Amino acid sequence: MGSREQESRVQSPESRVKTQNSEPRTPDFFGQAVATRDAYGATLVELGKKNERIVVLDADLSGSTKTGKFAKIFPERFFNIGISEQDMVGTAGGLSLTGKIPFASTFAIFETGRAWEQIRQTICYSYLNVKLAATHSGITVGEDGASHQAVEDIALMRVVPNMTIIVPSDGFETKQVIEAVVDYEGPVYVRLGRAKVPAVMPADYRFRIGKAYVFNIGNDVNIIAAGIMVSAALEARDILSKEGIDTGVINMSTIKPLDTDTLLAVAEKSKLIVTAEEHSIIGGLGSAVSEFVSENHPVHVKRIGIKDIFGCSGSPKELLKLYGLTAEDIVKTVHEWKGK
Amino acid sequence: MTTLINSRDIDFLKEQARNVRVEILKMLTESGSGHTGGSLSAADIVTALYFYKMRHRPLEPKWKERDRFILSKGHAAPLLYAALALAGYFDKSLLSSLRKIGSPLQGHPSSKLLQGVEVSTGSLGQGLSVANGIALGLRLDRTPARVFCLLGDGEIQEGQVWEAAMTAAHYMLDNLCAIIDINGLQIDGRCSDIMKIEPIAAKWIAFGWHIFEIDGHNMEAIVNALDDAEKIKRKPSVILAKTIKGKGVSFFEDKVEYHGIVPTKEELELALKELGENGK
Ligand SMILES: Cc1ncc(C[n+]2csc(CCOP(=O)(O)OP(=O)(O)O)c2C)c(N)n1
Ligand SMILES: [Mg+2]
Repeated sequence: MGSREQESRVQSPESRVKTQNSEPRTPDFFGQAVATRDAYGATLVELGKKNERIVVLDADLSGSTKTGKFAKIFPERFFNIGISEQDMVGTAGGLSLTGKIPFASTFAIFETGRAWEQIRQTICYSYLNVKLAATHSGITVGEDGASHQAVEDIALMRVVPNMTIIVPSDGFETKQVIEAVVDYEGPVYVRLGRAKVPAVMPADYRFRIGKAYVFNIGNDVNIIAAGIMVSAALEARDILSKEGIDTGVINMSTIKPLDTDTLLAVAEKSKLIVTAEEHSIIGGLGSAVSEFVSENHPVHVKRIGIKDIFGCSGSPKELLKLYGLTAEDIVKTVHEWKGK
Repeated sequence: MTTLINSRDIDFLKEQARNVRVEILKMLTESGSGHTGGSLSAADIVTALYFYKMRHRPLEPKWKERDRFILSKGHAAPLLYAALALAGYFDKSLLSSLRKIGSPLQGHPSSKLLQGVEVSTGSLGQGLSVANGIALGLRLDRTPARVFCLLGDGEIQEGQVWEAAMTAAHYMLDNLCAIIDINGLQIDGRCSDIMKIEPIAAKWIAFGWHIFEIDGHNMEAIVNALDDAEKIKRKPSVILAKTIKGKGVSFFEDKVEYHGIVPTKEELELALKELGENGK
């Protein structure tokens, strides 16, 4: 694993974010640049103290997924299943059948890819109360390269009935997401990242499953983003607004079920919708938005994402640039559309 | 609906197994499709579970302290349905709706649609992991209930079964008892020709399990193995039950083609006669 643990930062200009210091931590991660996996690991520990029903499973990656923190404090409620993701998902299903609230974690590609059919048959078809919280999604996994970079996981989970999919944008939102999914009865996929990300959500933000957060609605362009791309979207908005292009940003952290009320309201205002995600442009947020607006309120949609190719090794920052996932790429896309 | 359950009377259990087979055959002929051979091969085992070993409450299917049964070889759904109906989970008349539109009796068991089904199965290889999870959860809660999981012998070609086998031994799940229906057949032929699974016993021993090798049609042997498995501590148990696919109907026995073919009306009549159902 070597290089994985030297934290690489994915950060936008400091100006936009309230504080970029990771120390000292506030308990809710507000205003802090942290990796969403770190917020997840810490939140699990907090919730574990209050809720005896929470149990955690991992597949030999508990140091990286941060479930190891829970394991240390609650060893009797932590199950390392070894390098067997399919078995881990099934075991989580069984635990849920005894009233436990299992969180099963590993890297996103192994969770959703290796164990896809177990998730479909055992978890979703039976509607089991299992939380699949996967880390190392997207290309910001970095140096490990394509084998470890899940750019298909949202697509894989979206097609399965009964699945709820949540992609938190920062540490503050992650904490709230984990709290919310504990109270929700049913299968959930939470998509978490390895790299440190800027804080984007405001202090009064309260996450609700299936509810998008509207930073603002623009009369020209609206950028619908999820995960780390919310930060890039906000940056792009600032650039575009200065140029006189009225731009809005929406954090669509729940990808399924999609917040169609908000989406419709946004579509009605938009001349262009740009979707932005650290995922393939096939099957993820861009697809979900396109499907909805084309059926309900046709408006031009441009998808920012990974263009049907595999990732590669590099630092997260370099990779975001290489794969066209920066604020500048969003701006360029809008310029191209304007130029038409 | 009260049924006499939890009896160790071997004659009673044999008669229940016969009733289970009769219901399986009737429902399969009625539905026109489904899995005959693998339902019949495990009929004695499942009868012993539902009418002797398992502590369960058909009228309170979610009773917290119930013993759990996971049908990992989900294609034997008719067997599970027959046992559940005869035990009193639902009315026997429902059995004729097997595989029909709108029926809770899906081609493979659905826990969302039918009371008494713990988890939906049908995709082979997944049940033992679920059984492990239940066993872990019960142990955390100090609930004395046990978990039983029935697998096919072809099914153990699935890698996940061996992942789960490791997990059960690692966590010393002595509240878990797996049962393998060793009928020697899978869909495309004999297991020994398709993908050799022998030596089965040595594999489970190597994985850290306590094994019982029995004749899966000898009711006394089944009942004894289920009792003895309960006494094994700090290890999961597996009952390796040698069976005959299609058991109970001479012209279905050990015939690979009767995996997924149902009796015709004429075959049903003959079969019921063999099972001593004439005139009933
Ligand atoms: C994952 C998966 N692959 C394939 C099948 C199709 N299938 C259904 S039954 C069966 C053969 C099972 O053989 P075995 O486990 O020996 O069952 P039995 O002989 O008891 O019927 C197969 C391949 C399936 N249901 N699930
Ligand atoms: Mg077989």
